Amino acid sequence: MENAILNITNLSKYFGGVKAVDDFSLSLTEGSIQAIIGPNGAGKTTIFNLITGLYKPTTGEIFFHNHKIDSIDTFRIAEMGIARTFQNIRLFPELSVLDNVRTACHSKANYSILEGLIPTRRRIQQEKQLTEYAMGLLRLVKLDNRADDYASNLSYGHRRRLEIARAMAIEPQLLLLDEPAAGMNPDETQKLMEFIAEIREKFNLTILLIEHHMEVVMGLAYYITVIDFGKTIANGTPDEIQSNPVVIAAYLGVGE
Amino acid sequence: MSTYLQGILILAGINLIAVLGLSLLTGFTGSFCFGQAGFLAVGAYVSTLITMKFNMPFPISLVTGMMAAGLISILLGYPTLKLKGDYFAIATLGFSEAIRLVIENLDKITGGARGIPSIPTRTTLPLVILIAFIATVCIRFYVISKHGRNSIAVREDETAAQSIGINTFRYKQISFFINCLLAGLAGGLLAHYVGFIQPAMFGIIKSTELIVMVIFGGMHSVTGAALAAVILTALPEILRAAAAWRLVAYGAVVVFIMVVRPEGLLGSWELSWTSLRILWASLKPSLPQKR
Repeated sequence: MENAILNITNLSKYFGGVKAVDDFSLSLTEGSIQAIIGPNGAGKTTIFNLITGLYKPTTGEIFFHNHKIDSIDTFRIAEMGIARTFQNIRLFPELSVLDNVRTACHSKANYSILEGLIPTRRRIQQEKQLTEYAMGLLRLVKLDNRADDYASNLSYGHRRRLEIARAMAIEPQLLLLDEPAAGMNPDETQKLMEFIAEIREKFNLTILLIEHHMEVVMGLAYYITVIDFGKTIANGTPDEIQSNPVVIAAYLGVGE
Repeated sequence: MSTYLQGILILAGINLIAVLGLSLLTGFTGSFCFGQAGFLAVGAYVSTLITMKFNMPFPISLVTGMMAAGLISILLGYPTLKLKGDYFAIATLGFSEAIRLVIENLDKITGGARGIPSIPTRTTLPLVILIAFIATVCIRFYVISKHGRNSIAVREDETAAQSIGINTFRYKQISFFINCLLAGLAGGLLAHYVGFIQPAMFGIIKSTELIVMVIFGGMHSVTGAALAAVILTALPEILRAAAAWRLVAYGAVVVFIMVVRPEGLLGSWELSWTSLRILWASLKPSLPQKR
């Protein structure tokens, strides 16, 4: 794979006797949107946790831009350019909306710990830049008018958008979205799809997506991997997946 | 000013300095530290020994005491800050008890359980006020800096913090280090004010007292913790009229505040010119406008 941004080979993760992920392989082309689908408990989120270093794989390897990343710390993987959102939204509830995003841009400011104790000119200047940059991202997700509210006071849909803005703040090359449309109505889902397409274009992102909403998956993904009980059962374009009898039996339901 | 009043203010200032670090570590970074007295003891004993055995000037003994406590935070933090939740609290509790016992048993150097008498008293009220003021301002600036935000992110959700590239262990280590520097400084000031130290002064009661101040003042407020340190140091003296009942009354006040305001006296509100102005504006009755 010449232009693969992410390469996963024979990845497995066992929790005791449970094979959460079993011999999973995936190659992600730069600039594409791929989806991983599968029934609940199939091991999709575990794959994200393995990519981001929250879990260490039992066997197998993960390469990001040809760097092996399966044995390094989560925060270093984030620094390398992999951002993610969480299935059950994990914001910093007692920080303001603005500070949630500003926290994520921390690597843009390089003032020292000592300058943390005393506000020097450099610190004030860098903080101003962080604020401007963060406000720009908030405008992108249309939350700039809520900048001073606590994140915990946002509605569900707004929290989802804020989490994406926070992930974007680290300027990732690869964005992992874990069920971004969960709990959204068809109208919100439609807007979300447009938004994901927009940020992919604008920031030249590669996106790996876990989703249950089929219209999102079929509408956005170029390529789909279907897993069940930790095993890959099918690979292909949306059209191929929709007509694959194994997938229909395992996931979409017969007769759909 | 009477020496009695001065004494209360000095002790309040010393407690304030010790509480500031705790506010950063426990309130803002989310690592519950239950062994603050242990770090106070390190600062007190090291600075006293530097003063008495080596006849060093006061600033040098204070700084040495701070550094000793800071060094211990690095050695202790490395294995314990990786522990989740309450385990860190238990580790610090265990450490502070261990330090106390070590001091008790090194009686050739530390005087054992009898302590060290007649330490030159060099801590003055202006010095304590100056240090307390500078420390409060610095910690206040720290928690609104990028580093402070990162620390709060660690408290709020460690996994999410890591996912945006924050080295959570490093930030816990930094908060622990700053906390121990301040505790060591407070210990040194205490020893050179009281003029006498003994291991019994640095037991679990002292640690509890300090952590209560942080919770009482508001876990998410630097100035709240500082205010609580002053109030709770003065409170037993104010309640002296109640004689034997004063410590009961003290406990009752703390319980009362916790029931009425579980988020602490100031909650996450910070005392500053700006916030006071906003408060004043909201309290001021809106005057009818003349046309």
